[in-house]
Amino acid sequence: MSSLFRSEEMCLVQLFFQTESAHNCISELGHLGLVQFKDLNPGVAAFQRRFVKEVKKCEEMERILRYLEKEMVKSNIVIAATKEKEMVPCARDVLELESTFEKLEQELREINRNHAALRQNLIELMDIDSLFIAGVIKQERFPAFEKVLWRLFHGNFVLRHTEMQATEELQARGAVKKDVFIIFVQGDHVREKIRKVCEGFRASLYSCPKTLYERKQMSNSVMTQMEDLRMILRRTEEYRAGVLTRAAEHVQEWGSKVKKMKAIYYTLNLCNIDITQKLIVAEIWCPVSDLTLVQSALIKGSEQSGSSVTPVLNRIQTQQTPPTFNRTNTFTEGFQAIIDAYGVGTYLEINPAPYTIVTFPFLFAVMFGDCGHGLVMTLFAVWVISQAESLRKWKNELTDVVIGGRYIILLMGMFSIYTGLIYNDCFSKSFNIFGSSWCVRPMFHPHGPWQYVFNFFFLINVHTAPHISVWNIASNKLSFLNSFKMKMSVILGVSHMLFGVALSLVNFVHFRKFQDIFLQFVPQLIFMLSLFGYLIFLILYKWCITLRSETAPSILLLFINMMLFDYQSEHVLLYRGQVWIHIFLVLTAVLMVPVLLLVKPFLIYRTRMKTRHQVGEQNHFICFLLQVSMGDIFVYQAIHTIEFCLGCISNTTSYLRLWALSLAHAELSEVLWRMVLQVGLKISSGMGSLMLVVLFAAFAVLTVTVLLIMEGLSAFLHALRLHWVEFQNKFYEGSGYKFTPLSFDSLLKTQQ
Amino acid sequence: MASLLFCGPKLAACGLVLSIWGVIMLAMLGIFFTTHSAVLIEDVPFTEEDFKGEALQNIYKLYNQVGYNCFIAAVLYVGIGFLSFCQVRLNKRKEYLVH
Repeated sequence: MSSLFRSEEMCLVQLFFQTESAHNCISELGHLGLVQFKDLNPGVAAFQRRFVKEVKKCEEMERILRYLEKEMVKSNIVIAATKEKEMVPCARDVLELESTFEKLEQELREINRNHAALRQNLIELMDIDSLFIAGVIKQERFPAFEKVLWRLFHGNFVLRHTEMQATEELQARGAVKKDVFIIFVQGDHVREKIRKVCEGFRASLYSCPKTLYERKQMSNSVMTQMEDLRMILRRTEEYRAGVLTRAAEHVQEWGSKVKKMKAIYYTLNLCNIDITQKLIVAEIWCPVSDLTLVQSALIKGSEQSGSSVTPVLNRIQTQQTPPTFNRTNTFTEGFQAIIDAYGVGTYLEINPAPYTIVTFPFLFAVMFGDCGHGLVMTLFAVWVISQAESLRKWKNELTDVVIGGRYIILLMGMFSIYTGLIYNDCFSKSFNIFGSSWCVRPMFHPHGPWQYVFNFFFLINVHTAPHISVWNIASNKLSFLNSFKMKMSVILGVSHMLFGVALSLVNFVHFRKFQDIFLQFVPQLIFMLSLFGYLIFLILYKWCITLRSETAPSILLLFINMMLFDYQSEHVLLYRGQVWIHIFLVLTAVLMVPVLLLVKPFLIYRTRMKTRHQVGEQNHFICFLLQVSMGDIFVYQAIHTIEFCLGCISNTTSYLRLWALSLAHAELSEVLWRMVLQVGLKISSGMGSLMLVVLFAAFAVLTVTVLLIMEGLSAFLHALRLHWVEFQNKFYEGSGYKFTPLSFDSLLKTQQ
Repeated sequence: MASLLFCGPKLAACGLVLSIWGVIMLAMLGIFFTTHSAVLIEDVPFTEEDFKGEALQNIYKLYNQVGYNCFIAAVLYVGIGFLSFCQVRLNKRKEYLVH
């Protein structure tokens, strides 16, 4: 039975299929996404695998595709998105695709090369087009050029230079700044020297025609040449655009085909091929409930390839631990992910995810409780959920995290609205929904202490309007709130941990470790209940009775005195017979510690002694080597006991972070209101509204950044830690490995 | 017409969201002030002289003043929201033209 409460039962299945139908069968399994192939050749290195050449071919094709996509992006050609599920090509089509790709790549590279060469020619012609120049040199090299000429001719030359007008075309093609220069020197023999110097500085020399007529002719011929070149360049660009557009229609389809083929070859590398080369043997892990689906997929695959022999499924028994598979849907995926981030559950262990769906947002909300912020968070989550597909296209890591956790954020927001109503806190202001149950008159009653009235009415209202709105403007608000929130945190913490201990019972029952129920679960439960369960009882009892506030005993002091057996007559007690109950509870708890520590190792020792007597001396040596030594068992049990007992105290204290963070949030929210928005509200003149507009914008920005994002992340982290450490160390082992099926859907999604 | 566009798509969207939030929250604050809610007493700028004479009416008058300020600010945010909405539409049109 598949459900979220426990991971699925898996089976190891041997598959036999023919080599011809291998492609189709594996592609059908890939579309199904429910089987994980086991590596049957673990000792073989990557380059020694059978299909390594094919994998390399696929990678080469991927490289060509990436190059094509880059070229398309450079020329602003839109890549069409395909939505149909394409069939995976078989080996013949692979060759065809490969040749298509190679041809395309060659064409494109040739076009680019020609383009570059033509462009270079054009630039050189444009240099000549400026009249009356003798040469062109890069501007940065000009001073050195001048110095060399000076040294060479000892100043017997005239050198004129100006900066070339960089035309728009030149700038667009990325040409460097150039200077034109004209040299007048005497004598022809120095022409050689000048030519050598110019070659050294890589300046282009152009012969300067001597008459005006020749100059005009030369400029005309240059102009016509330039026109021709420009036309050729345009044609080349058009042709290139045409090639790329034709390819753009198919590039997505090709891409997914190549990825699927690479996955199939990778999977084939994991299988065994027998001597006759006609049979492929594969071992897969698959959920027991899906065996029929796998079988039908295989039959479909073999039919497609036209082979007559149907693949054979053979379920085998094994001692190896199967992978852990939790079937999730879009809603539960996020919660399962945060559990798996700490540790994937052991095979068939109880899954904490369904409880986390409720407890995690609740603990977050206890730390975050504010209706207004909760409302903003809920609205944001609703928007992300509705826009999830289009937001995924941004391919930013941060947005992917937010999209993955959108349901978590939605639940966190909704629970925050609820706890905001309980705390009566909305942007640090409170509501007056049910009317205040605080009345002033009893305060002035001569003898009656007003705490009586307080406690009584508080109890009545605890279900309707838990926090009376008037508390918001009371000056002793914090001392009441602190006490309330601390006690609430302890109650929530101990309940959460007791729930965790109860879940360990379920695990013991499932794995049939009935001995452990009496040796571990029962002592742990008694220890926890007698100490911390009693603490909760004290808290609730003190809330329910009426006391004089001057003489009310502090619960913390009561608890400490209980542990220290410190009973003096002036200590105030809450009820009669309290001393005896305290002594009884502490003794019970202390008695549980040796039970946890000693009984289990002792029983293991006794069973070993018995089997040793039965087995006899010969096998005694072998048995001794195979078993874990008694010392190790004792140490393990001691560690476990100390961890549990001391952990109880430290984990209960750790839950006080629920109080600390909610206090921080409430205070930050109040400070923001008082320092930002109240300044605008207190201005009573006409300018008040303008100031209010500006200050409200600042208030909104600060609320979102500080209170929602920063505090939200902080509360998220702390709630997560409470789950991972304090809750899960009571029952969760988390030493499994995750089920990673061959699935084309997730392959295409992650690599896009 | 192009010069009417003075902010990018993201800024315009932020402005729109901020204006919607501003309108709703300031309008509600205005309502709570004009109905003289007790919880907002700390936000009202009263002084010692207000408590002499007609104390209750003075406080109520101050409440109303703050309430009206809130309403005016809400109306200003309606204007800003409309402006942002126009910017969003202009940005979308510009994106359309390029393609």
